[in-house]
Amino acid sequence: MKTWVFGTLALLAVLPLGVGEYYVNLASQVLIFAVFAASINLLLGYGGLPSLGHAAYLGVAAYLSALLQLKLGLSHWVIAPLALLGTTVMACAFGLIALRAAGLGFLMLTLALSQVLWGTAYRWVSMTDGDNGLRGLARPAPFGINLDGAPAFYYFTLLIAAFAIWMMARFVNSPFGATLKGTRDQSRRMSALGYHVWLIRWVTFIYAAFWGAVSGLLFVYYHKYIHPVSLSLANSAEGLLAVIAGGSGTLAGPIVGAAIVLLLKNWASAYIERWNMLLGFVFVFIVVFMPEGVVPGVKRLWKRYISRA
Amino acid sequence: MEALHIQGLKKSFGGLPAIAEVWLSVEAGEYRLIIGLNGAGKTTLFNLLTGDLPADAGSILLFESNVTRLATHKRVHLGLARTYQIITLFPQDTLVHNVALSLLGLTKARWNSFGSLSSALYGEARTVLAKVGLETLAQRPIAEVSYGEKRRVEIAMALAQKPRLLLLDEPLAGLSREERGTVKQVIGAIPRETTVVMIEHDMDTALDMADRITVLHYGRVIVEGTRAQVVADPKTREVYLGY
Repeated sequence: MKTWVFGTLALLAVLPLGVGEYYVNLASQVLIFAVFAASINLLLGYGGLPSLGHAAYLGVAAYLSALLQLKLGLSHWVIAPLALLGTTVMACAFGLIALRAAGLGFLMLTLALSQVLWGTAYRWVSMTDGDNGLRGLARPAPFGINLDGAPAFYYFTLLIAAFAIWMMARFVNSPFGATLKGTRDQSRRMSALGYHVWLIRWVTFIYAAFWGAVSGLLFVYYHKYIHPVSLSLANSAEGLLAVIAGGSGTLAGPIVGAAIVLLLKNWASAYIERWNMLLGFVFVFIVVFMPEGVVPGVKRLWKRYISRA
Repeated sequence: MEALHIQGLKKSFGGLPAIAEVWLSVEAGEYRLIIGLNGAGKTTLFNLLTGDLPADAGSILLFESNVTRLATHKRVHLGLARTYQIITLFPQDTLVHNVALSLLGLTKARWNSFGSLSSALYGEARTVLAKVGLETLAQRPIAEVSYGEKRRVEIAMALAQKPRLLLLDEPLAGLSREERGTVKQVIGAIPRETTVVMIEHDMDTALDMADRITVLHYGRVIVEGTRAQVVADPKTREVYLGY
């Protein structure tokens, strides 16, 4: 496992040396989306809570960052913690509402809450500039390092993404993570063992929202622009699809899933006009041949190959 | 001291009373057997005691604390543990992990979201598994062990929490004669400081083990007493033999 992790990190570290700016930017987007998908995976894969509103946290953090920069002209050192804090506080409240239900009820409540925000972003034109979105944003320059270049921003994103995924990995492998998986598999049994199932889910909901917000900051830094579509159902659904395609409940799954979705969206669309049809075919292929997702599916096929060899 | 005191407990599903009205007291350290025909309300009574179901009326006192409106997990922290009639384990996880989860449930370490599950916890879980004779299977996933072994894991998980009151819901159900003997030994070895309330249909086995017996019928206690008293009571014959 460690070999895989360090091998992948080493490969990602040298990536800008071997490819052009377009691919470096694409890799930055994959990393941002991977953090977003990994945060959804905390809910879906480890908590058994399918959310269709996780884009709310990405979008709100991005909007808060943009608004604090444009309206108040604050420094990024102040903006980033404020945006994360604001989004996390919002997640505390949203969690109180959404976790009144589980399963489909939870799915619908998360969808409804995110749609409220999406509608607000569209309609509150004086604040968000509606469908035009907020432009003219600047990337941070931590310790005077200019992040406007593709490689510099890529390394910044890689650093944050690696830290975020490591933090999420620690979380799911901790005693608390074990209890979270227990609530996913046998919530009634967990109560009978002395666990406060609702509280475990609420804490996880907030933690997942926090990392969703981190991906939102990276998202707005990358694009230097924010539009209501970042809060949309489509954005939440793409994150959910990335988790399912890569393999929910695995650490590598959302990263692989994010790469699949982003590469198909950005790279294939340059060559194939009907790229979303291709995206559909790929998902059908995954669901039919690897219903558990690409990462567990490949592992299974590899084990079968080894046992036959 | 009473381990359990139930006063006028009622529970209906729709218009159908599952627990019509139950009054029951169990002394600390007692071994109580609850019997009754299918549909008598035995498992519903357990679900009310654990808080899996809310009571419509009445009260439940656990070691003199009123727990009627208390959430399930809080009752567990007061010393209540149970097993399920339908085995409820974590099938993908190993036996030792199942028991470790049970141990973790009562410690503050369950909120640790950055460390890892301690080897001491797994060591303790192995000790508990040894008590039910399953230490050699500790690393096996639950899905790969027999039904009887799963029953023993259920009991091990309950015992791991060192409960003051243990509710056993048909622990011998579905077991072979040999497995029944093993599980009976495990139950017989439960220390007397633990009060045991057991639902069981296997009368030959269960009657031997109980200090007192309660007969439940249509959600009411109709007979209560020692084995001899219950067997001699005409109401027991009427319920079980129809005359």
